[in-house]
Amino acid sequence: MTNDAQPSSRPPLHMRINLPIVIAFACIILLLLIGSLYSKSFLSPEYLLQQLKVASFLGVIATGMMLIILLGQIDLSVPWVLTTGAMMASAATAYGPLGEALAVPFGIACGVAMGLVSGAGVAYLRIPAMIVTLAINVIAQGLMVAYTGGFSPADTASDAMRYLATGNLILGVPNAILVWAAIGALAVFALNRTTFGRAVYAIGNRESAAFLSGAATQRVVMFSFAISGGLAAFGGVLLAGYAGKAAQSMGDAYLLPAIASVVLGGTSILGGRGNYLGTVAGVILVTLLQSILSVMQISEYGRQIIYGAVIVSMLLLYGREKALR
Amino acid sequence: MKEWRFIMAEHRGTLLAFTLFIAMFVIYVSNHPAGFTPNVVQTAANKGVILALVAMAQAFVVLTAGIDLSVGMIFVLCNCVGSYVLGGAPGQVGLGVCAVLATGLACGALNGLIVIYGRLQPIVTTIATGAIFFGIALWLRPYPGTIPDFAADLADTFTGKVFGVVPASLVFLAAVVLLIWVPVRRSVIGRTIYAVGSSEMAAYMSGMPVRRARFTAFVLGGLMAAFGGLFLTFFTYSGEASLANGDNYTLFSIASVVLGGVSLYGGRGSAIGAIFGALAFRAIGDLLFVFDLDPLWQPLFQGLVLGLAVTFGAARLFQIRNRLEMFT
Repeated sequence: MTNDAQPSSRPPLHMRINLPIVIAFACIILLLLIGSLYSKSFLSPEYLLQQLKVASFLGVIATGMMLIILLGQIDLSVPWVLTTGAMMASAATAYGPLGEALAVPFGIACGVAMGLVSGAGVAYLRIPAMIVTLAINVIAQGLMVAYTGGFSPADTASDAMRYLATGNLILGVPNAILVWAAIGALAVFALNRTTFGRAVYAIGNRESAAFLSGAATQRVVMFSFAISGGLAAFGGVLLAGYAGKAAQSMGDAYLLPAIASVVLGGTSILGGRGNYLGTVAGVILVTLLQSILSVMQISEYGRQIIYGAVIVSMLLLYGREKALR
Repeated sequence: MKEWRFIMAEHRGTLLAFTLFIAMFVIYVSNHPAGFTPNVVQTAANKGVILALVAMAQAFVVLTAGIDLSVGMIFVLCNCVGSYVLGGAPGQVGLGVCAVLATGLACGALNGLIVIYGRLQPIVTTIATGAIFFGIALWLRPYPGTIPDFAADLADTFTGKVFGVVPASLVFLAAVVLLIWVPVRRSVIGRTIYAVGSSEMAAYMSGMPVRRARFTAFVLGGLMAAFGGLFLTFFTYSGEASLANGDNYTLFSIASVVLGGVSLYGGRGSAIGAIFGALAFRAIGDLLFVFDLDPLWQPLFQGLVLGLAVTFGAARLFQIRNRLEMFT
């Protein structure tokens, strides 16, 4: 992404500008301006860094969601896969020093396993992703409810989880942001510089064409779901570290924001088109919107309404399909 | 070719759902401590009919190859509206019922407008509008409650028994099928709903009213969800803006539609199949209770049933003759 040393056949500047990303960044600036009118501290570095930190949890989850949306599929299993990751990592912490060391990988592994199941359903059984992931979501919920007895578990997050989510490695930069940056860099590399990434875009455009070109489409789809599940679970691990423990239905608040930030960032919901920079913009946009709504002390119902209305109206601005002709 | 084979093929999903429902219901009733009495049937029917109505709502949209992830929220919103307007003198109650139905119609129309004329994807749109509907419901009913002069008599009539035997809710459901589903199915719009689900392009080229049909599907979906919300209000006497309820009903409606043999790719199945799918889903869920299992296992059990139902979608793989067909 950084220094594209491409030949002179590069398209002119006005064609390279990505309209959705420009609009998303413009909206971020607009939101910051509105916020600064409301409260002076809105533009302070501490506040912005805090927002970025909150955004990075969503960012990790949205990265996985973006991969799936690029394939032209959707992952509705985020809420409970996220909760599973959080609860399993916290549960592992209770098993002595070894469990504590393996807490983070174990939580992620649970998410990967669930992602593999939905991926196999989508890729090999050819069932629509929407219902496979819905089913996995319910099954994950059922497992967790049966495991915890319907209450929030007593296990607390391990030190490593807390450190990842709340610590500062470099002078005042929260670790969560670094984690998101690392995952983002990996995603950009994988999407733009590997055959895997090329195959993801190709499948999103037309799976049969990708298959005929020799891409292992079914394997790519399955592994993408595994990655998405793993990232959702990792998001849960981070959130558990942030809050100190896992909770029932902690993931419910992350499905719509994850989809919204990917789609607001200009990734086509039909697949095949999208840019990670857009997802970054979408994540920040969604987080700022949530933050402003809570700073303005709008109650829950108002937040839901404004939130839904903003997503619909922004999509109407640039997410429309071509008319049927 | 004999015509009955085509009729069989068309209704295969519905018949399978019917058989599944009968099987599950027989197991349920034969293990129920009270046995096959009108009261057992009445309770089962009331719970089943609410889901059946929401499943019909989903079926209308799914038949056009769309999906409505906001049905549960429309249902919850109508429940909350109902808990305000279903009270007072008989005339007022009548107006109240109209208000509840109008709410559902308006929600469906909003979805339809955005999806068809705004040309957005149904999945994202209905997730977002679902948030809006839930927000309005939460605004109406921050805490569960009802109005003081709630029309309990009317509610009891609808959730009670006709002639002391037949559950009134089943009669109501049959009326909805006869007065709404059958006429729509036989109209041009109904045919177009199926045609759009099979191939939107072909339907457009044949000069069918594609947009009007898709819009009607969303609006009728809203109406059906409103009937469901009305029944929930009759059943509980109160309104509650419950996020879990909304999410669950959306999910269960999809499960019922799949169990009922409606293809998620559109154009195949019927709302009647969705009804039997819903009743079967409820009967399966209630099996846990008659077998005295810990209710904690219910979510997992329902998830596994849904997962199993979903894998039936893979049956299509046995019909393909060429690997390329897999990708369509």
